[in-house]
Amino acid sequence: MELELGQARQTFITESQELLQEMESALLTLEADPACQDAINSLFRSAHTIKGSSGVLGIETVEKFTHHVENLLSKMREGEILACKENIDLLLQCRDHISTLTALAADGIEVLTPEIEASGAALAARLGQWLAAPVEKKEEKQAKPPESRHEGPSSATDAWHISIRFGQDVLRSGMDPVSFISYLSKMGEVVSITTLFDSMPQASDMDPESCYLGFEIDLRSDFDKAAIEGVFEFVREDAVIHILPPFSRVASYVELIQGLPEDMLLLGEILVKGGALTKAELEEALRRQQDAEGGQEKHRIGEMLVAGGSLHPEIVDAALDKQKKNQSIAGREASTVRIDAAKLDALVDLVGELVISGANIDQHSQRMSDAALQESASVMLRLVEEIRESTMKIRMVPIGETFSRFRRVVRDISRELGKDMDLVISGGDTELDKTVIEKIGDPLMHLVRNSADHGVEGPEERRAAGKDPKGTIRLNACHDAGSIIIEVSDDGKGLNKEKITAKAVAAGLIQPGQQLTDQEVFRLIFEPGFSTAEAVTKFSGRGVGMDVVKRNIEALRGTIDIDSAPGKGTTVRIRLPLTMAIIDGFMVGVGGSPYIIPLDMVMECVELPASEKSAADRRSYINLRGAVLPFVRLREFFAESGERTGHENIVIVQYGGTRIGLVVDELFGEVQTVIKSLGRVYREIKGISGATILGNGQVALILDVPRLMQAVEASLLAMSA
Amino acid sequence: MENITETAQYLTFKLDEEVFALDISQVREVLDFTAITKVPRTPEFMRGVINLRGSVVPVVDMRLKFGMTRTEQTLSTCIIIVEINVENDRLILGALADSVQEVIELGPGQIEPAPRIGTRLDTAFIKGMGKRDEQFIIILDIDRIFSMDELASTGLAEAC
Repeated sequence: MELELGQARQTFITESQELLQEMESALLTLEADPACQDAINSLFRSAHTIKGSSGVLGIETVEKFTHHVENLLSKMREGEILACKENIDLLLQCRDHISTLTALAADGIEVLTPEIEASGAALAARLGQWLAAPVEKKEEKQAKPPESRHEGPSSATDAWHISIRFGQDVLRSGMDPVSFISYLSKMGEVVSITTLFDSMPQASDMDPESCYLGFEIDLRSDFDKAAIEGVFEFVREDAVIHILPPFSRVASYVELIQGLPEDMLLLGEILVKGGALTKAELEEALRRQQDAEGGQEKHRIGEMLVAGGSLHPEIVDAALDKQKKNQSIAGREASTVRIDAAKLDALVDLVGELVISGANIDQHSQRMSDAALQESASVMLRLVEEIRESTMKIRMVPIGETFSRFRRVVRDISRELGKDMDLVISGGDTELDKTVIEKIGDPLMHLVRNSADHGVEGPEERRAAGKDPKGTIRLNACHDAGSIIIEVSDDGKGLNKEKITAKAVAAGLIQPGQQLTDQEVFRLIFEPGFSTAEAVTKFSGRGVGMDVVKRNIEALRGTIDIDSAPGKGTTVRIRLPLTMAIIDGFMVGVGGSPYIIPLDMVMECVELPASEKSAADRRSYINLRGAVLPFVRLREFFAESGERTGHENIVIVQYGGTRIGLVVDELFGEVQTVIKSLGRVYREIKGISGATILGNGQVALILDVPRLMQAVEASLLAMSA
Repeated sequence: MENITETAQYLTFKLDEEVFALDISQVREVLDFTAITKVPRTPEFMRGVINLRGSVVPVVDMRLKFGMTRTEQTLSTCIIIVEINVENDRLILGALADSVQEVIELGPGQIEPAPRIGTRLDTAFIKGMGKRDEQFIIILDIDRIFSMDELASTGLAEAC
């Protein structure tokens, strides 16, 4: 039966992504330290949970494949198979395959393409080879259940007895009781199954979306109680579930019968029918129960079970473990809430509108000389500001998770290319806007691959150069004045300036003999179709990369720079704005139109000194307290017509260590701005990064300071040339 | 030029003294003239952007686009908000018009193909000539007018 992509399934998909991530880091840890039992346990747990949940949800593709993986992991956990390079490699590939399968399941695709099917089969076959090694413990395991025999009459059956009453909401939460049973039948042999519908109301009162069913199941299986319980993990909270191990004491069955809402005799008969008890045992048990009621005090089921020794110590341990785990999960759930990203975006949009209308009210209240109104308006504005800040904080996510994904990338490349390198991560707790995090992954991937592929040399070459044969790639993130800096650096051979220049000349990007600064040479690699690597490898070198990286970063309103020293290594520095949606701005007027400069880039405002005025008409820099300050007249830059007014104000902006002055006609002051896209019609306007709506409903444009700076630098160079 | 085979409704408006028409299915609303913010380094006919209930919408001066003089603001000046398809994307644009007239219905019989000569406009922009009360109405192909090539070829690209 095909299920709706219900809530449970959505939870499964998110959870498995996290679990797969955990598996990957556990595998990488294991690779560094093959004896690490914690890593193996964590691996097993992850695989087991994925298998269990996918089974319950009826995602067969995932369940079947993960089952093979779990088998191997279980052997590793028991120490029968030792972790080594080969099987870790294999497990990594398997993890990737599970990830592919879950991704397909997320899209609702359950029929695999032949390629995926084939690769899955190949992996399963390789897993099979590892498992084919002789195993002795199997018998021991089967011998276990009889050990649980104990004093007192016990049932003669070797089957588990599972008694379940589903909660009424089970169907509504996207679960199908049938899939539990079919999953159970995969864990062992279902000896008998009886459906109970005593709680089914009159047809007229029945809600077709509710589940009124209960089941009594006898299952012959080698799995332990925790595994069987695990099957019902998703419904545990709503359903009443009792699981009795094989050879349980008859008294336990009696307790069970009494604990259930249905008629005692009926249940007894079901148990007899299922082979859990014989008729005689049942009668005997019921009689003894009555005796007990007469004299002895009643014991609680748990006490009876433990006192009677009907539970293995390890089962108790497992149960306790599980309980603890559940408690810690519950603790985590209490402190964090999963929210649909779309809801968050809607909230941010609303806050944006609130900021605009707040600014509007403020403007009106300023015009009316009503002190009380102004007072309340300013209180409201402060609250709006706080709401805005907390909303933005909700969207902030640490970048660490994105960074740690690259451990695998670096590992795979070192393997493939026979290099030896480490990935060192720092500043992983630096927080970025969620949308930025989502979009930064691909560009970073390119950069890390480039570093690993072209930057870091092979061990021989490194030794020859007198360096540590093991190369290092560093990922670092930190805050810097309203922006985030992400650095990807390596201690490899550095960029080859001659080669870049030659290549650029060949590609017609620069003229032969043209003099360029180091920075300009390095920037050339961001030009479309530029790649210096002679050999195109699997990982990079096709020349589609750096220009795409640059475009992606610029789309995030960020900038990218390269530093490189021959033989020492290369550092790529990405600078990104903190948030995407709302910024504090400084409003200026140029040629009658309002413009916004991001406030965190504004250093100070000065009037163009009269002493500099005549000189400023000739050259495009002024003397600001003894320092040279290049400036640009926005009026000229934007080709505004009309005469400029008497005063000329300079807004000094700083970005990425450079300062320039922007000459504007008017200064208006601070405003909160919600960034709006100008749309595709205006996607290529230099010097403008977006638009915002002012309190009076007019549209103001937001200046793109980094690109303005580039343009100014270019024009300065052109003048000096 | 695609053929017009069905009776459809058209919004008529005036640029200078000439009457133009747009297929009503592409018209979202008609606004009074509001303050337009000029976007620098863009061609003259791109008048700038306006705030349409929180979104930023570009406004095009139809008169300049068709080689007439710049639209001057009068009491009857309007912004017609149109929805066009560009490269399978929906794009909302404002078009400046001297005045909006009425909504009329024209059958295929009332529409003739565009003349090859005799208009100031590029015939590629014209879907057909509607005839009503001995008056000709130029039915515009709005998707064609605002195709990205058109927007780019008129200077947006080199302005950057």
